Amino acid sequence: MKRILASAVLTLALGTAATAEAGQTLDNIKSKGVLTCGVNDKTAGFGAADSAGKYAGLDIDVCRAVATAILGSPDKIKFVPLSAPQRFTALQSGEVDILSRNTTWTLGREAQLGLLFGPTVFYDGQGFLVKKSANIKSAKQLSGATVCVQPGTTTELNLADYFRANKLELKPVVIENLDEVENAFFTGRCDAYTTDSSGLASTRVSKAPKPDDYVILPELISKEPLAPAVRQGDDQFYDIMRWSVFALLQAEEKGITSKNVDAMLKSDDPDIKRFLGVTEGNGKSLGVDEKWAYNIIKNVGNYGEIFERNVGKGSPLKLERGLNDLWTTGGLMYAPPAR
Amino acid sequence: MATSGVADRGSTERSSDTKIWNNPTVRGVFWQIVLIVAVLGSAAYLASNAIDNLARQHIASGFGFLNRESGFDISEKLVQYEPSDTYRDAFLVGLLNTFEVAGLGVVLATILGTLIGVARLSPNWLLRKLAQCYVELWRNLPLLLQLFFWYALLHVAAPGPRDAWNPLPDVFISNRGLMFPTPSADPSHKFIWIAFFVGVVASIGLDWWGRKRQEATGKPFPILAASAALIIGLPVLVLLATGAHMTLDKPVMQGFNFAGGSSFSPELTALLIGLVVYTASYIAEIVRSGILAVSHGQTEAAGALGLQRGLVLRLIVLPQALRVIIPPMTSQYLNLTKNSTLAVAIGFPDLVFVAQTQINQTGQAIEGIGIIMATYLAISLSISLLMNIYNARIALKGR
Amino acid sequence: MATATTMLPASGSNGLQRFGLWARANLFNSVGNSIITVLFGALALWVAWSIFKWGVIDAVFVAPNMRACQTAGTGACWAFVGEKWRFILFGRYPYEEQWRTAIVLVLLFGMTGASFVPKLWRRETAYAWVAVLIISGVLMWGGVLGLVPVESDLWSGLPLTMILSLLSMIFGFILAVFLALGRRSNLPVVKLICTAFIEIMRGVPLITILFMASLMLPLFLPPGFSVSKVLRALIAITMFLAAYQAEDIRAGLMALPKGQFEAADALGLSYWRKTKSIVLPQAITIVIPPLVGNLIGNFKNTSLVSIISLLDLMNTTQVALVDPNWRGLTSEAYLFLGAIYFVACFAMSRYSQWLEVLLNKGKRR
Repeated sequence: MKRILASAVLTLALGTAATAEAGQTLDNIKSKGVLTCGVNDKTAGFGAADSAGKYAGLDIDVCRAVATAILGSPDKIKFVPLSAPQRFTALQSGEVDILSRNTTWTLGREAQLGLLFGPTVFYDGQGFLVKKSANIKSAKQLSGATVCVQPGTTTELNLADYFRANKLELKPVVIENLDEVENAFFTGRCDAYTTDSSGLASTRVSKAPKPDDYVILPELISKEPLAPAVRQGDDQFYDIMRWSVFALLQAEEKGITSKNVDAMLKSDDPDIKRFLGVTEGNGKSLGVDEKWAYNIIKNVGNYGEIFERNVGKGSPLKLERGLNDLWTTGGLMYAPPAR
Repeated sequence: MATSGVADRGSTERSSDTKIWNNPTVRGVFWQIVLIVAVLGSAAYLASNAIDNLARQHIASGFGFLNRESGFDISEKLVQYEPSDTYRDAFLVGLLNTFEVAGLGVVLATILGTLIGVARLSPNWLLRKLAQCYVELWRNLPLLLQLFFWYALLHVAAPGPRDAWNPLPDVFISNRGLMFPTPSADPSHKFIWIAFFVGVVASIGLDWWGRKRQEATGKPFPILAASAALIIGLPVLVLLATGAHMTLDKPVMQGFNFAGGSSFSPELTALLIGLVVYTASYIAEIVRSGILAVSHGQTEAAGALGLQRGLVLRLIVLPQALRVIIPPMTSQYLNLTKNSTLAVAIGFPDLVFVAQTQINQTGQAIEGIGIIMATYLAISLSISLLMNIYNARIALKGR
Repeated sequence: MATATTMLPASGSNGLQRFGLWARANLFNSVGNSIITVLFGALALWVAWSIFKWGVIDAVFVAPNMRACQTAGTGACWAFVGEKWRFILFGRYPYEEQWRTAIVLVLLFGMTGASFVPKLWRRETAYAWVAVLIISGVLMWGGVLGLVPVESDLWSGLPLTMILSLLSMIFGFILAVFLALGRRSNLPVVKLICTAFIEIMRGVPLITILFMASLMLPLFLPPGFSVSKVLRALIAITMFLAAYQAEDIRAGLMALPKGQFEAADALGLSYWRKTKSIVLPQAITIVIPPLVGNLIGNFKNTSLVSIISLLDLMNTTQVALVDPNWRGLTSEAYLFLGAIYFVACFAMSRYSQWLEVLLNKGKRR
């Protein structure tokens, strides 16, 4: 009897504690002192574990930036690896505070699933990788071809749409595991492999027996803006997430890097002074430490550094900046003024 | 001391019999009410949470999505299906794929398992040991690992379609799967099917008649030869009579891949190999213990009666072995069907795979998982029901 | 000396002769058998040789990355296992703290091994288990005695597989006893609920229950309140195992002679006392072999948690395969993994066969 009573009390306690927490993601993060971040653990460059078990990647660094803004440290963070079908449930149910897992920003996901996407951290588009010897010049020639694709993603839907729109015959081979799906392509199981072009480029370089034997077709059949997402209901937390990403862009635009950020504190540029919290105000309005942007750049680096380190020249993937360059150098990356 | 303790307890119980809460019936009813309240209460609590959560997260509920366009394609389908079809159609395609794998898997695993089980009892030492190695190896590895292994093997070891292995005429194995010829459809074929069914029915009737006659006169009837002649001979006769329209649709290399004939994709092939190899290692043990369960005396007694070896096997050993074999065999068949859900790991679009895609797109996890659970429960419970009926029929009649 | 020299060739030829006789009786006793022996013998030798050539002769044992491996030899690239074994075994548990999980593994394997010895089936062993579990918990979580705290989300690899199997075993068994008793109960509601639970769990594949735990459970909990992924998977596996074990125990209950129940009733024992001292000990002893069989299945089944992205042994292997420097080494990775599972499962299955013989001996006497 005692036990039943105890469990009843426990249920009640948990229930009430939970209602107090509902909607207040930011307070919750601050009181726990840790940001819970849903990530991918099987995509090199965006989120993967090294031999010592540490996560690294572009999506991982976005989480670190947000954690730094709120908690002042890039290590006060708990990573939760999620599979594609799990990711939205985990975010909706509060298992994770933020989802930074190469997720495409779509209308359906915001409206139907009750999410809010932050700024795009990686502009991607779906393309096709084929064998050069197959002598294909355009995706329109792919009728009847077997196409390897990962399931449960917008990639799979785009592929079906594109083939339907162009009246091509499609034979998809749908494989969940990234390693398996790439293996399937390179061993000839499929004639073409489709995923985001960034992924194709990295796959071609890192996985192909001879990279020159493979070509990426010119068509991009979709827009894939990859962005971090939070659940609806805590606007302040959403703002902090957005501005943490913008801070990465702003810093690159202003030439602030993790190496020179201390020197930049002495800069006379009023924008930089405001940005780094020398002139106070921004932090207070966001509800975080005045040094938030300084801390982010100092600990995580600016967007350019993050890009090069994880997916660019400094990584095995060797991706070009392309669309992901700053707007000042021909890309799409653009941060609103931080004032 | 112990006895006195028991006696004490007994006396205290008796002395407090007058108190209502010590009446066993009352206590039973009380605890059952508590249990009902607890179960219903937690169910209501969870349901109210779910309703709140769904509303707050803007997730629709109900099965309305079944009529919406699914938008995704399915690589393997036994019926016509397009991305513009509904989720309902997608689930149907998944369900049929599950049945396909389960059906093929059960037949192949039974054949392989029986062969290995018999080999386990072979007089040949080497064969016996190899069969034992087979059983020990596959039983002691997780099925999921085996599936990953077979799938990787099909990719790495098998060649591309242009240099496919050609083990039999018109049969090709490549990393696109297994291609084999099938008879092309012809209107005369329906008569062949009719002849086949007539043959089967006639054989059953003949068997019944043969038994009656044997009971009455003691003369055995060569039922095996007669039914073989009926089941195979009749369709062949019809085929010849209708003009022998039997052409084969053969797989031919065309563009990227083979066209024509029939094929099993590598996903299906890997899943089938994995399920069959794994389940066969269990079936082998069932068959072995089934045969061993028939006591040697039975065989000897039958031999002493002057029965031939084949008849001993058919009339004495097999019926008794089957009684031991069939119940565990059925549970292995059920296991195979349930294990086929691991298809989701290597990308064969079975029911769970379709449900997973649906959950990812609509966020309606409760409905998706509900559909899977209801389907598997229906399969399991109906098989159990059939098994219970069967067990009741073959049970040794009370001695 | 003289006798020895004359003895040796004699015993040698004797041994050869004996082998010849044995071979004739067991391998070449008929034409058909001779053909089978030659055919399967050649096949077995060929398979063994191919594996040996790939895995040992042509293999590369030390290399900095996959490409260096491929240029160095055509066989297996064991350098991959050399680089990744710590990640595969211990996963994301902090690198510097992995000695703690190593100790836990030794403790758990040791205790499991000890529990397999029938002589140690005593109350003291149960106490030792409690102690080992507490020590393991302290080591895994840390936060006391100067140990760095580690969250359960970072538990991975073999320790996670072991913890999931062992805890689901312990809790599953307790739950199974109650379910089995409930299904045999005279109270209709209790019987109905237990039967429904058992049949539902046994009727659906484990993966749906894991999906329920990972995709559905969060929807049924109040907002903001979440259960750790490890715990959710543990609950799912425990419920699944309990349903199967309950049926085993029920078989044991049904096999008990009626006289045992009647005698207990005649002594005027209460239901719980009768069950605890008379019914359960006998019923469970009868069904120990199938229970052990279930444990093997359960150990293999824990690999399914990789599908809900828990970093068990199976999943750490797959994550290790993603490393751009070490890709495409699936055979090596799966063989390494297979060896671990095989040794554990094979040992358990041998044990259960041995135990069955032992228990039957007791019965016959």
